[in-house]
Amino acid sequence: MATIEQAPPPSPPVPPGPPEPAGHPPAGTGTSNTKLAIWLFLSSDCLFFGAFISAYLLYRSRHQTGPTPKDVYSIPFTSVSSFVLLMSSLTMVLALAAIQRGDLRRLRIWLLATALLGSVFIGGQIFEFTEFARKGLSLDTNLFSSTFFVLTGFHGAHVTIGIIWLISLWGLATQGRLRQGDAEKVEVAGLYWHFVDVVWIVIFTVVYLIPAPK
Amino acid sequence: MSTATETHTPVPVRTPVLLRRPKKTTGFWSWFTTVDHKKIGILYACTALIFFVVGGLEALLIRLQLAQPNGNVLTASQYNQLFTMHGTTMVFLLGMPLSVAFANYLVPLMIGARDVAFPRLNAFGYFGFVLGGMFLYSSFLLGGAPNGGWFGYTPLTSTPISLGALPGRGPDFWTIGLIIVGIASTTGAINIIVTALNMRAPGMTLMRIPVFVWMMLVTAFLTLFALPIITVALIMVFFDRNFGTAFFLPTKGGDPLLYQHLFWLFGHPEVYILILPGMGVVSEVLPVFSRKPLFGYPVVVFSGIAIGFLGWGVWAHHMFTTGLGPVAISAFSLSTMLIAIPTGVKIFNWLATVYKGAVRLTTAMYFALGFIAMFTIGGLSGVSLAIVPADTQQHDSYFVVAHFHYVLFGGLVFGLFSGFYYWYPKVFGRMLNERLGKLNFWTMLVGFNLTFFPMHLLGIYGMPRRTYRYPSGFGWDTLNMIATIGGFLIAVSVLIFIVNAIVSRRRGAIAGPDPWDGRTIEWSIPSPPPEYNFVEIPEIQARDDYWHYKYTEDDDGMLVPLPSGGADNVHNAAVTRLAAAPTHPIHMPSPSFYPLLVAVALPILGYAAVFHSKWYAFVLLPIGALTLAFGVYAWAVEPATADEETH
Repeated sequence: MATIEQAPPPSPPVPPGPPEPAGHPPAGTGTSNTKLAIWLFLSSDCLFFGAFISAYLLYRSRHQTGPTPKDVYSIPFTSVSSFVLLMSSLTMVLALAAIQRGDLRRLRIWLLATALLGSVFIGGQIFEFTEFARKGLSLDTNLFSSTFFVLTGFHGAHVTIGIIWLISLWGLATQGRLRQGDAEKVEVAGLYWHFVDVVWIVIFTVVYLIPAPK
Repeated sequence: MSTATETHTPVPVRTPVLLRRPKKTTGFWSWFTTVDHKKIGILYACTALIFFVVGGLEALLIRLQLAQPNGNVLTASQYNQLFTMHGTTMVFLLGMPLSVAFANYLVPLMIGARDVAFPRLNAFGYFGFVLGGMFLYSSFLLGGAPNGGWFGYTPLTSTPISLGALPGRGPDFWTIGLIIVGIASTTGAINIIVTALNMRAPGMTLMRIPVFVWMMLVTAFLTLFALPIITVALIMVFFDRNFGTAFFLPTKGGDPLLYQHLFWLFGHPEVYILILPGMGVVSEVLPVFSRKPLFGYPVVVFSGIAIGFLGWGVWAHHMFTTGLGPVAISAFSLSTMLIAIPTGVKIFNWLATVYKGAVRLTTAMYFALGFIAMFTIGGLSGVSLAIVPADTQQHDSYFVVAHFHYVLFGGLVFGLFSGFYYWYPKVFGRMLNERLGKLNFWTMLVGFNLTFFPMHLLGIYGMPRRTYRYPSGFGWDTLNMIATIGGFLIAVSVLIFIVNAIVSRRRGAIAGPDPWDGRTIEWSIPSPPPEYNFVEIPEIQARDDYWHYKYTEDDDGMLVPLPSGGADNVHNAAVTRLAAAPTHPIHMPSPSFYPLLVAVALPILGYAAVFHSKWYAFVLLPIGALTLAFGVYAWAVEPATADEETH
């Protein structure tokens, strides 16, 4: 434990502006308060999605009336939208790299690109939901539809919040209120964004790709 | 999103002034905008005590109804609402927030910090809790309170209103209200973890932080991981009731047992969320009043961590009678017995701390010793419930009621009352009256045992829980009457405490910075502490750092007070900590409206959800959403420290 104090890792660039309240020691964990907080929030969110995914797995092959997963899934379509979401993680990384270099023009471009790719994913999800509804699968049709819509719906809500967050950062950047020293703000948004992507990888694998047991 | 915004905004230019930033840090209205962890701690404690009184009155009504066979005080419907709200209140609106009150006030003081890591998020956590609680209680006026038990078992709670399993909108208020309180608790937990890990003074290594901070750290991790699970269960119940899903409705293939798994996967860690803070408090109180260091500090800490981990592997012992099968039942029975080991280790550590100490029997010490005795009884009945055949017999009987009240009342409430008497002088600068305190203790101890000990016997004699009346002739009559009398004695005891707290606030003896000859660094600063806590952030040399400023040991291991006024650096440092005014400006976070604003949005959205089929939901929804959006954005662009104060 003591080693934490003995060797503080190099701290990130100090943002210009008012000094830290006097006297605080270097962060005890070497991770800034904000980053530690978002990691803790995301760890909590893991349990949130974990519980929904568990419910999905428990119910997926039970008491099927109405359309089953096999009847409604379009794996090629969802693969493309998943790919789009994964690419948004790449643009997110590029946005962070840009602000860390102080390249504010590319920061704005990549933030907007990430938000756009996320929006494409959400558009795909809306299309998918309406398509399912057209095939007769709505929230209250059967256990599969309930667990599916609630799980992917809450994931979609997470992505939407992420898009709003990214656009807000982009807005700050266009006003010149997001500078190199604020890289951590982009990094924190990025952690959230990557988390939402990782959750989607799990959902896509477990919910779409692995067939339900008989 | 708010977490992203606690760092400084680099350029103060063009910050849109939508609401003029509050500046006042004193007076009535300052309590609505404060970000001071000490004031928020006091708010938490006062609010939780109000809910304690309300939950206690509900318990008294329950006891009045059960005092005699064929009671006529309450109808069945009222009884259902009262026992549901009693449990919900005591767990979510007393136990968790009162622990958070102590954590809020003490964690920064104990680790040598000026405030918590996220002061505004802290304020949001408080307002979310109080508004969530008021949201829950507003249900009494809006069609009936929650009436499906504090555990809200499905399919009873999840059956749609149209099918009429439970009258009223109670379960809707229950699900949404607990989600709001849960959001608040999650932010509070994140704040405590980041504060305890990142804000420690130089030299305050993890193995030097007071045990109370350790226990709150474990509690915060449990809160962080337990609440999302119940949130999912609550969302599913809400969908089942309102949107036609059938997650827990067996008629359409749903599985009520899934609810029980999700609920208890939250619910059992919740038990440790409630008891670990009490353990932390007595681990501070016992050493001070025994004039000995805590026996086996590392063992106490690691036992607490072990409880934190094992607490995740025992949830199904709440479900032994549901037919899980012999393998699962055996495993959970064993894991439940296993968790008694770290708990027992702690009890022996506390006893060894007191053993051969120079014991001072203050009220705080009385309550701490009462904690050990009562919690041990609760722990032992817990081990007996871990034995599956015994549990099958006692399940849903008053034996279980007796058990968890010994753990939660005998544990948490005795522990936190010990904390009240111990830290009140630090918070208000005046001592609580010791004579009233002793009276408070003895009435509580006697009242508590009169109320809950007979419930062991009632359970063994077969009295079931949650029944609003019982016929005479089962041998339950006398015991129930005794329990009711005990309940009123507890009420007298709490009344004595409230009188003591109010009177001592003005008339108590002046405490001075260190009335108990304390060991930890919160006693090295004035009482009440100044807004900035420490003039100079202390350099921590040892565990129980402040003790070593005051005492040393001679060659025989006897305590020798360090001469006051001596020329040693240690003493000078102690004087500096007590200095009345800082010699340099100390930048503290500024008050803010936005935590309150964001918190206000939550119950508005909550009402929109509960009444989603009514027209006014479509008025409430945009109001709530706009309030939320405005609050979050304004919070995000508002610097943590107001400009004018930084220069």
